[in-house]
Amino acid sequence: MMFIEWLLAFVQALLYVALAPLLVGWIRTLKARLQNRRGPSVLQSYRDLYKLFAKEARMAHSASLLFRAAPYIVFVATWLAAAAVPFVTTSLPTAAMADVIVIAGLLALARFFLALAAMDVGTAFGGMGASREMFVSALAEPAMLMAVFTLAMTTHSTNLASMMDYQLFNDPVLRPSYMFALAGLVLVAVAETGRIPIDNPATHLELTMIHEAMILEYSGRHLALMEWAAQLKLLLYGVLLANVFSPTGIATTTDPGALGLALVVVMFKLALLGVALAISETVLAKMRLFRAPAFLNLALLLTLLGLLSHVILEVGV
Amino acid sequence: MVISPLLLAGVAVALALLSALVSLFSARLPWLLRRVVTPLFTLAGLAALAAGLGTLIQGGVAVTQLPLGLPWLPWGVRLDALSGFFLCLIGVVSFAVGLYSPGYVRSFEKECGSLPALGGFSGLFLTGMLLVVLADDAFLFMVAWELMSLSSYFLVAFHHNQAANRRAAFLYLLMAHIGGLAILLGYGVLASFGDGFAFDAMRQADLSFGWASVAFVLAFVGFGMKAGLVPLHAWLPEAHPAAPSHISALMSGVMLKVAVYGFIRVVFDLIGQFHWQWSVAVLAIGSVSALMGILYALMQNDLKRLLAYSSVENIGIIFIALGLAMLFLSTGHPVVGSVAFVAALYHSINHAVFKSLLFMGAGAVLHTTHERDLEQMGGLLRRMPWTGLFFLVGCISIAALPPFNGFVSEWLTFQAALQAWQLDSGVLRSMVPIVAAVLAITGALAAACFVKVYGVAFLGQARSRHVRRARKVPFSMRLGQGVLALMCLLLGLLPTAFIDLLNAVPQQVLGHGLAQASAHGWLWLTPISAETASYGAPLVAIILVIALMLGLWLLGRGIRRVRRCDAWDCGFAPPTPAMQYTASAFAQPIRRVFGMLFHIDEGSEPQPDGRWRYYLNVRDRAWGLFYLPVAALVERASRQVVRLQSGNIRTYLGWTLATLLVLLWLTA
Amino acid sequence: MSLGELPFLQQLTLVLAAVVLFTSFALLEQARLVAAIHAFAWQGLLVAMVTAIVAASGGYPHLFFSAALTLGLKVLLIPWMLHRLVHRLQLDRHREPLRRPALITMAALALVIFSYWLVLPLVQQELLFTRNIVAVSLAVVLIGLLMMVIRAQAVVQVLGFMSIENGLFLAAVSATGGMPLVVELGVAFDVLVAMVLFGVFFFQISESIDSLDVDRLNSLTERAEEES
Repeated sequence: MMFIEWLLAFVQALLYVALAPLLVGWIRTLKARLQNRRGPSVLQSYRDLYKLFAKEARMAHSASLLFRAAPYIVFVATWLAAAAVPFVTTSLPTAAMADVIVIAGLLALARFFLALAAMDVGTAFGGMGASREMFVSALAEPAMLMAVFTLAMTTHSTNLASMMDYQLFNDPVLRPSYMFALAGLVLVAVAETGRIPIDNPATHLELTMIHEAMILEYSGRHLALMEWAAQLKLLLYGVLLANVFSPTGIATTTDPGALGLALVVVMFKLALLGVALAISETVLAKMRLFRAPAFLNLALLLTLLGLLSHVILEVGV
Repeated sequence: MVISPLLLAGVAVALALLSALVSLFSARLPWLLRRVVTPLFTLAGLAALAAGLGTLIQGGVAVTQLPLGLPWLPWGVRLDALSGFFLCLIGVVSFAVGLYSPGYVRSFEKECGSLPALGGFSGLFLTGMLLVVLADDAFLFMVAWELMSLSSYFLVAFHHNQAANRRAAFLYLLMAHIGGLAILLGYGVLASFGDGFAFDAMRQADLSFGWASVAFVLAFVGFGMKAGLVPLHAWLPEAHPAAPSHISALMSGVMLKVAVYGFIRVVFDLIGQFHWQWSVAVLAIGSVSALMGILYALMQNDLKRLLAYSSVENIGIIFIALGLAMLFLSTGHPVVGSVAFVAALYHSINHAVFKSLLFMGAGAVLHTTHERDLEQMGGLLRRMPWTGLFFLVGCISIAALPPFNGFVSEWLTFQAALQAWQLDSGVLRSMVPIVAAVLAITGALAAACFVKVYGVAFLGQARSRHVRRARKVPFSMRLGQGVLALMCLLLGLLPTAFIDLLNAVPQQVLGHGLAQASAHGWLWLTPISAETASYGAPLVAIILVIALMLGLWLLGRGIRRVRRCDAWDCGFAPPTPAMQYTASAFAQPIRRVFGMLFHIDEGSEPQPDGRWRYYLNVRDRAWGLFYLPVAALVERASRQVVRLQSGNIRTYLGWTLATLLVLLWLTA
Repeated sequence: MSLGELPFLQQLTLVLAAVVLFTSFALLEQARLVAAIHAFAWQGLLVAMVTAIVAASGGYPHLFFSAALTLGLKVLLIPWMLHRLVHRLQLDRHREPLRRPALITMAALALVIFSYWLVLPLVQQELLFTRNIVAVSLAVVLIGLLMMVIRAQAVVQVLGFMSIENGLFLAAVSATGGMPLVVELGVAFDVLVAMVLFGVFFFQISESIDSLDVDRLNSLTERAEEES
């Protein structure tokens, strides 16, 4: 029984890796359509990764062993964090191994090595990307934690599976704290995954880059791993938002029928989130770096209001 | 024959004293320092570690009295679980520092005159710390505390030919004595209610809320000053960089924790009561220390000063955990209080291990490049790969990232804070999450800070010639760092085992252990319950390693096919080391956003030769807001007192007569 | 009883009250004048919705009328008047960024926690299901006052004053099921008259000191006159 659960967990992790490029491709196609272009096919990201893996990897003269090792560490840490988020079922042991705080910690580990790799080559762009990335993440951390806190105050647990089960097995309730936490977490997700308005993933101007500047020197399979890790991170946040705040449809057992239904439902939810992201990226413009604190302070304010509305409005009704 | 832990502790103290004695002869025979004194020091550390482990495993309490001290107040020695835990802490770090010193002190052997001072005071320093932890009455405690402060003063003033070091040492001595005075007064309050200076007598004291608060405030100020809480932290960033690096490691890693031990002993054990008002004060000061500490650390370019400010941050985190423990214990939630208490203890030993590791790394860099300024370093990973690796482990640990140890204590603190829903008071229920948010931002800022440190110092290209030609690091220095890096890894991988090991401490101090933490086996850490939260540290690490191996194997076919090329330079001239991001540039966004908290003096001015000079001075606001006004007040008060000094003998006799009359009247 | 046992409409009022609190933060921090007027309009709309829901589920039919009045005045008429005023004073693109936004946000949050603490003894009693909203409305009042203290632009001060009135209205609705209708009508028309007077006043101020920064009114003090 335990073996089956771990096997399923492994399959779920593979599913994450397999579907991450699809989400990014979907968003890119939608953005193209919104901008009145035909755009690449939804499967283009897979082709890009395949091309990169086949290409030769090259390193600058001044790069060290850390530069070579970092893509692997970044990819594996992000993958492990993603694997701990329940995708199709809540009865897997991965959620017990790593709760929300551990997931945030693993993502922080990936970001740490990404920033170090950026500084390794000794160019100005790497330092700039690393400095900006750590700055944005420092401001986004408290908002993320407050959102987690707000959820944990209601569900009395930081285990993601427990949080989802709590919502599934209790009557549906309209909670202001959840709504605020969702709004704040959406803003944090946009900041952490480097989407407009914090960072433009499609920019070619080095001075406007945050994430791209950190992976500027990478090529070949190293670049493929870094890109894939970024796509995994986006999928992770998407699944987190979709499943934690509206877990209807997710399986609570390992029954194959329930799993299949859950997969369809979660992909539908992700598609909707993709539409929302594409629309917001088309409508908004990238902010300059020192307007990002205002954005993230708004996220922090929303999550704090969520916490306060829990304490004031929801307890002792 | 079973060797009791108390005997081992005695052996440790004796060895430390012996190392101090032997080093007196090292002026004549310089090789003594490396060959005899440091091995004795290392053995003392090992003995302390063994004594501590023995006590924790056995879980008992050993009390004895030494035939020293005053006739009616002999020195009492007590080795219980709390002392045992801190003995382990002192022992581990002293052991590693002892391994590290031979390589480091070799550079001091040229100036033979100062070697006795170095070895002697190091030994006395260790003796002082061991005795503080073992003391069972206020007298021995204060004597050992004084010994610890004085010997570290001489060590801070070791390079006394530079005026800055002399000033730093004076400030350190001054603040250590003010703190010591506060502690003594606190003991005075406890002793007067408890009829005696022995700790047992103080435990029986029945204090009202008012007097207990007075004792608490005195202990908090005294121990907080020694531990480095804001705003009493100003001596830390001056004193720790001035001392030799292995002493900085001892001071930052161990001495600050001895102050934490003192606080726990007095507040949790001797006073014994908990009130939520105290916990709010501790939480507030802890949060402010944590946030200000890391923000100031980010602004520093001097490596050792940065590490010192980072110690202020970590002490703030320890006090946040202690504050949470006090809060939950005072509102009747012993389980969560134990979790927070264990989190504080775990973070103490984590910080001891990784801060000492980082200071040793800074010492290695200083030893080989004679450079402390981050802006001159770069590319050191290539010159010192092992030191670079161990320093990286230290950086990852202090940034609280899995799977190393810093993450475990942060996770435990968050888990304790997340139980805030159990509190009755709604106001407290909203304050605790805000403290947790401050903890989150300090964690993220710490990661940024240590990306800056490692990225600027070890990665990239060397920014100056002497750094480009750094010498090799001696073997003993690498060994000392390696031991601590291994400890970081073990503390991170096996949290359940270590929490089981120190389970005796909350059991004895709070009366409530943390049995449920390992209730699901050694793999899962479940501090509250399995449904609330669990962390499978070994699993996370194993999966990380397996996945890494898998990735390397799958892509390994091309593992040798990585050609070197030029870095991207936008098509202009090739990048020079001066084009890299500097340390102050890295911290600039954060400096700009949090600017109001610092005193920033930034600008550019033209030089006579036509070039422009950019200057940036970031100063601690605490000086202007707290220290200078206090100093001005003291000066004004003393000027008033100076008026007593009229020079006239009859006036003096008049004062004497007046005092005598008042005393007679009072005692009548 | 727990949150899950409340009927849906009553859960909705809690959500709307929380969003009212958010709009008062938005009013406090918004730099652009026109956006602040919109935030005020949204606040009025939410308060009207809460009133309507309390009327429906609590059985107070006269509150429907209050809700309609609020809708007409606070959501439509007064914002329209303010828009016209702003347009005539040519302040359409006026921005007044806060100097220390972090500090002000922290102060506002502290006010929210403080109002929660104040209202606690009141909440213990068995009032309507919406008694928790009293804390939110007190917070809205206090944040409105804070807004009047911090902002220097006259139109924004008027918005602060109006949001105080919103908060008081919300408190009345949630604590006691609304005020007597006569009182409500009186208050509503008072507000309307105040708006008209503000409009006239602003023109006078603008023409005499050529700006609407209330800090400049300091020039009317005696000391300033002696100095000039």
